[in-house]
This record gives sequence, C-alpha cells and structure tokens, in this order.
Amino acid sequence: MTDLLYSDVEEDLRASVRALLVDRSPAPRVLARVESDETYDAKLWRTLAVELGTGGLAIPTEYGGAGASFREAAVVCEELGRAVAPVPYLGSAVVATATLLAAGGTALLAELASGTRTAALAVPFATGPGAPSTTVAVTGGRLTGAVRGVADALPADVLLVPAGGGLYEVEARDAVREPVTSLDQTRQLCDIRLADVPGREIATGDGAAAAVSAGLTAGTALLAAEQVGLAEWCLQSTVEYMRTRYQFARPVGSFQAVKHRLADVWVGLTQARAVARYAAACLATGDPDTPVAVALAKAHCGPVAVSAAEECVQLHGGIGFTWEHPAHLYLKRAKADAIALGTADQHRAALARLVDLPGPLVEGEAA
Amino acid sequence: MPEPLDAAAVQARVADFLAAHDPATTDRLEFLRARFDAGLAWVHYPPGHGGLGAPLALQAGVDRAFAAAGAPSNDPRRIGIGLGMAAPTILRHGTATQRERFLRPLWTGEEVWCQLFSEPGAGSDLAALATRAVREDAGWRVTGQKVWTSGAQLARWAILVTRTDPDVPKHAGMTYFVCDMTAPGVEVRPLRQLTGDAEFNEVFLTDVWIPDEHRLGDVGDGWRVAQTTLMNERVSIGGGPLPREGGLIGVLARTWRERPELRTPGLHDTLLRLWVAAEAARLTGERLRQQLTAGQPGPEGSAAKLVFATLNQQISGLELELLGDEGLRHDDWGMRRESIVDFAGRSPTYRYLRAKGNSIEGGTSEILRNIIAERVLGLPPEPRSDKDIPWKDLPR
Ligand SMILES: Cc1cc2nc3c(=O)[nH]c(=O)nc-3n(C[C@H](O)[C@H](O)[C@H](O)COP(=O)(O)OP(=O)(O)OC[C@H]3O[C@@H](n4cnc5c(N)ncnc54)[C@H](O)[C@@H]3O)c2cc1C
Repeated sequence: MTDLLYSDVEEDLRASVRALLVDRSPAPRVLARVESDETYDAKLWRTLAVELGTGGLAIPTEYGGAGASFREAAVVCEELGRAVAPVPYLGSAVVATATLLAAGGTALLAELASGTRTAALAVPFATGPGAPSTTVAVTGGRLTGAVRGVADALPADVLLVPAGGGLYEVEARDAVREPVTSLDQTRQLCDIRLADVPGREIATGDGAAAAVSAGLTAGTALLAAEQVGLAEWCLQSTVEYMRTRYQFARPVGSFQAVKHRLADVWVGLTQARAVARYAAACLATGDPDTPVAVALAKAHCGPVAVSAAEECVQLHGGIGFTWEHPAHLYLKRAKADAIALGTADQHRAALARLVDLPGPLVEGEAA
Repeated sequence: MPEPLDAAAVQARVADFLAAHDPATTDRLEFLRARFDAGLAWVHYPPGHGGLGAPLALQAGVDRAFAAAGAPSNDPRRIGIGLGMAAPTILRHGTATQRERFLRPLWTGEEVWCQLFSEPGAGSDLAALATRAVREDAGWRVTGQKVWTSGAQLARWAILVTRTDPDVPKHAGMTYFVCDMTAPGVEVRPLRQLTGDAEFNEVFLTDVWIPDEHRLGDVGDGWRVAQTTLMNERVSIGGGPLPREGGLIGVLARTWRERPELRTPGLHDTLLRLWVAAEAARLTGERLRQQLTAGQPGPEGSAAKLVFATLNQQISGLELELLGDEGLRHDDWGMRRESIVDFAGRSPTYRYLRAKGNSIEGGTSEILRNIIAERVLGLPPEPRSDKDIPWKDLPR
C-alpha cells in the first residue's frame, strides 16, 4: 500500500518553509498586502523558490531541479495554505512545471528550477476536470484571444498558452494582464488578452492536450494539500480561541454544541490529510490510480476546508467577522479553492466515469 | 533492541511455515496453534505471544499469504471481542501467566470471549457501574447485572469491570477481571433487538467466585485497564484493512451497476457523495494503521468508529430508497442467536436496521465526539458534578 505518512525529509522541509512563513509572512503582513499595488509577495517568492530551493522540487536534476517529487511539493503547499501566503507556487512550481515536464522539458524548465523565472498556465482557474476549451487562435505563429480568471499569472514572466490545438510559451510582457478584483485576495487572478503576440510552440495536438491535462492534474492534487494546511490553521486557531474565550463563566469550548462541531471538523481534516497524501503519492509515482485519487482528493478536501473556514468565522463571533482578523482571508481562499480546478460536484461526476457509477439512463440510450 | 522485521523477512517466515505445515493435510486446530507459536498470528505482538514484534502494517500481507495458500482461518468475525478487545488488554495489563494462559486459545478461536461492561445504570457513563466485587480469601465474590452483552451465550470467558470500593470517586474504585462464564452464579438471558435477533444478552452475576489470579491490573486500577479495551474496541469496530468498495458501499455500488432502471439524478448525487466518503474513510484507516507501529491506538481511533457508523447508516438508508418496492421486504424476523453481524449476507432492510446499532455499541457517536474534542483537540471538559463525590453518594 502507498505510504501515506510524511518522511523525515518532508518534515524537515515543512519546518523550514513554516519558519520562513512565520518570519516573513505573518497574517498582518498578508492582510496589509492585499490592498497594496503588489498583491503577490515577490521577495518572499524568491526566498522560497531560490534560497529554500522549493521551486524545483519536482524537477529532475538534469534540468537543475532538486529531483524530488510532487509528494514533497505537496508539503510546501500545505504550509502555504496554512499561511495563505501570496506566492505563485501552485501556478509556477506545480501547474506550469507539470505541464512543461509532460511537454518534454524545455529551457524554461531549467529557469523555473533555478528560480530565475516564473511561469503560469493560461487557463481559467475555475477549469474543471476534462479538457479546457481553447479561446486563443494562432495565425502564422502569432496568438490572438483572451483567457479569463487566470491564477498566478500576474507575477509570471512566461505564460503557457493552449492555442489552436497546440501549446505555446508567450512572454508575459507581450500580453495584457488585467488584474481581477478577486474573491481570494491572497491569490489575485487576472484576465489575459493576447493581440497578435509571438509564441513558441512547445507541444502540438495530443501532446499539447496531455501536457495541459498533466498540469491541471498536478495542480488539483496539490490544491488538495493546500486545503489540508488551510483547514488545519482554521481548526487550530478556533480551538485555541475556544479554550481561552470565556462566556457564562466558563470557556466557550466546554459547551458540547461547540465541541461536537469542532470534532466533526477534525474528523474531516484527518480524512482530508489521508486523501491528499494519497493523491500526492500517486502523482509522484505515476500510479495508474492517479485520476481517481486526484478527483477523490478534490471532491473531499474542498468541502472540508470550506467548513473549517466557515466554523472559524462563526465560532470567533464578532471578531471573526472583522477585516482585522485573518479568518476572512482563509474563508476567501477556502471558497475560491473549492471552485478552482473543479468543484466537488464536477470531481464527483468525473469519479462516476472513472469508477463506473454512471447516472440514470438517458432516454433512447442503450443500457 | 533488535531492528523490527521488515516485510520481506516476515513473508519469508510465512513461506517457511507453509512449507513445514501443509494446509491441505494439517488438522485445522493444529495448524492454527502452530501458526500462533511461529509468531504469525498477529505479527505486532511480542515473540512468544503469537507475534514477531513486527510493524502492525505487515499483518495484512501475512493474512493474505495464508488465505492464498488455502490455510484454515480462525474465523475472526466469530471471535471479534476476543481479538479486538480482550487480547490487547491482556497483553498490556496481564501477568506473564495470564498471557500464557489466555492468548493462544483466544486467537485460535478455541475459547470465545465476551465483554461484561455495560449495566442498566451505566452505559455511556461506564464508570458509574455498580456490579460489586468483594474480597474473599484468595479471590473475589461478584454480584451484579450486566446488559447488552454480545455473544455471552457462546463465550467461555469474559472481560469484566466491577466496583471494589464504593467509598471513593467512581473512577478510582473499579477493578478489572477475567470472568469464567461457566462458573456457578453466571446466568445468561437473551435480549432481543430491533432486527428480531438476539446477538446480545442480560447477564446476571450472583455470588460468582473469581480467583485473584484472574484480576487484570491492580485493585482500583480498573478504569485505566478498561481504557485500553475501549480504545481498541473503537479501532476494531472502525477498521480493518479493506480493498476499495470493500465495505457496505460495495454492496450498494453493485446494485447500482446491475440495476440501471432504478437510478435517478438525486440518488446518483447521494451515491457519489457516499462513495467519496467511504473511500476517504478507507484511506484514513490505512493511514492510521501506518501510524500505529506500536499497536496501541490513541483517541484518534474514535474517529474511525464514528465515521464507520455514520457511513453504514447513510449507505444502507440509500440502498432501501434505491430499491423502492423491494426495500419494503424483510428476510426474516425470527430470533437468531448468532453473534456474527452478516451485513452482506442478509436483506437490505437488515443492513439498514442493524447499522443503527453501530452508533450505539462501543461508545455512542455523541460520546466519541466528546472524546475527540477533549482528548484530541484539548477542549475543556464540561463542568462535572461527579468527579470528587464518592461513588456511593452519586445521584442516580
Ligand atoms: C448492538 C450492541 C451491542 C453491544 N454489545 C455490548 C457488549 O458486548 N458489552 C457491553 O458491555 N456493552 C455492549 N453494548 C452496550 C453499549 O456499549 C451501550 O449501549 C452504550 O455505551 C450506550 O449506553 P446506554 O445504552 O446506557 O445509553 P446511555 O448512555 O443512557 O445514552 C442514551 C443517549 O444519551 C446520549 N448521551 C449519554 N451521555 C451523553 C453525554 N455526556 N453527552 C451527550 N450525549 C450523551 C447517548 O449518546 C445516547 O444517545 C452494546 C450495544 C449495542 C447497541
């Protein structure tokens, strides 16, 4: 059976990422940044990607990466979720990296590994399982079209654009990137417009579709890991508050109505961790069960993170409803993550196909 | 300490054992006893007590290898209370003599065990129990009433918690024993449950003599010993290793696949939600087993049991709705005296009804949530009126 625990190496990695985030990205700083001009933290991202070397965890050593896998990268995602850190790790080190690896590796991969450049796959963040529809056309090697609601593209140097049946590398400065006022303020989306922009084709036909799908699959699996970290922060901070907040001359956490709800959050989180670990492990080894594992992870972890964040707001009372308290950053990230890369419902529909549990017969269809 | 054996080393021992004991020609009991003596019964138990001191996670592979070789089984479902609750308690709190005496026939199934814990006045609040044990010469005289005792009609031995000191607060005055179910003064009466069956019983104990060497743990330490039993009970109810769709969800999924005419969009949505929940629970159990190298479950095991109960109830409820007309027919209301819960072998109505017991037996779902909140999350306990009052003065 697949190893669902964390190795010592993974725990060390977690400790160093967490220490960095505690030091450089505490909640008040994250909150201050969401209303600044630069919603992504470029300096933090550099330290994380270059100095800690997490940018190239899943990239083989032949491209200058660490030669680890998406299992280790998933641990980084857990910590980033715990801190709602505004860095493009998921978009660049996971989605774009997995896309490029599947496309056969390019010079860009080495630049991602060294942290000198950042990339993003130009598809809507709400893209569900299955092939995304292409909204960009190619004429004579030049790209024209628009893509709505792309994550982690604002701080990117390079965009990977599915267009006209192929996959292209486009210099981000050649595109118009319109920042979106986003629900998740710690991962600001943008709308991308391409007007007769040069692109370098890195995959064609089925190869391009497979590369995009690989990117989205990795992104979905590791988004589940992010949801685990996020839910854990919500539960821990709520438990902490419930232990110390007194009403009716006793800690509020001693009331059973509160306890049972938090127990349920804990149960969901414990399951989410097992499920997310399984997805990351399958991804890392190329297990044939990966599609099931990933759909399962997203179908399960999304709702867990949302309910953890919602309970966090509710059980903090008035303070939980303030701008000042970080709970809302987690609520916004949790709800956005639940939609990003496919809702639980979309992933359940994917599972229905994958594990042969088809829906009702449509009239005229054979049994 | 020597390094624990790895998977390959354990499998090599299985192969050696099978080479020396042909399952086809060896007598069933002889085979099982020899398997125990070779340390291949429960590999995480210590050598000499049916194990090899190996990681618990290796057990599934050992069981698979024996099954594949056509080896006789100890029929674990028939002896679940012994395997899941009595054995870990005896291992942890028993004397060398007690381990020696009880563990082997328990594992081979020669001796069936039951659990004399609950009483009419002490269920969730087990520590309120009133069955009295009074010291007499080299042993104890026990008198009281136990209830909901599964399998007492088949049991040779029982694990029993009693009150030995009524003058101290309830948790302090309890003592744990092994009780001979054939001893004079033990009377077992069937109790019929809502399925029509009588898996469980009332057990009346009248001046039952228990020798002191059948005491498990110190006098007054019964609550702590009982905790070992309860923690293990929850893990053993919640989850052995299963393949995907190995539980009730598999029964439902099969019906779904075979009966397309029954499907509706609403049921489909619920089915998929339950499939996800069941698979998440299965992987969580797997992860918990990987964590439990030492084999002593913590309060985390309560989650497995809580989830198992909820899932069984929801899945069996959906199955009846899916079946519609057929869901209105029950197989048999006759009073059976089996102790095996045959979820897959009986009618869907049985599954629906029997699953209701899952959130009551082995600690109710409400109590399990309390345990998670207080012992895992560290939330403060409810204010309590019973902590410092002698047991005999408690309101009841
Ligand atoms: C099928 C089956 C098999 C069983 N087998 C055995 C056996 O072999 N041996 C044995 O010893 N026992 C056995 N039991 C008994 C079982 O352990 C008890 O029924 C259980 O612990 C509940 O106790 P009770 O029935 O007295 O209910 P009570 O404790 O009276 O509970 C009544 C209701 O109140 C709730 N409640 C109680 N306290 C609290 C609280 N603090 N907070 C919130 N809610 C609370 C409960 O959750 C329950 O819903 C079995 C039970 C069943 C159903």
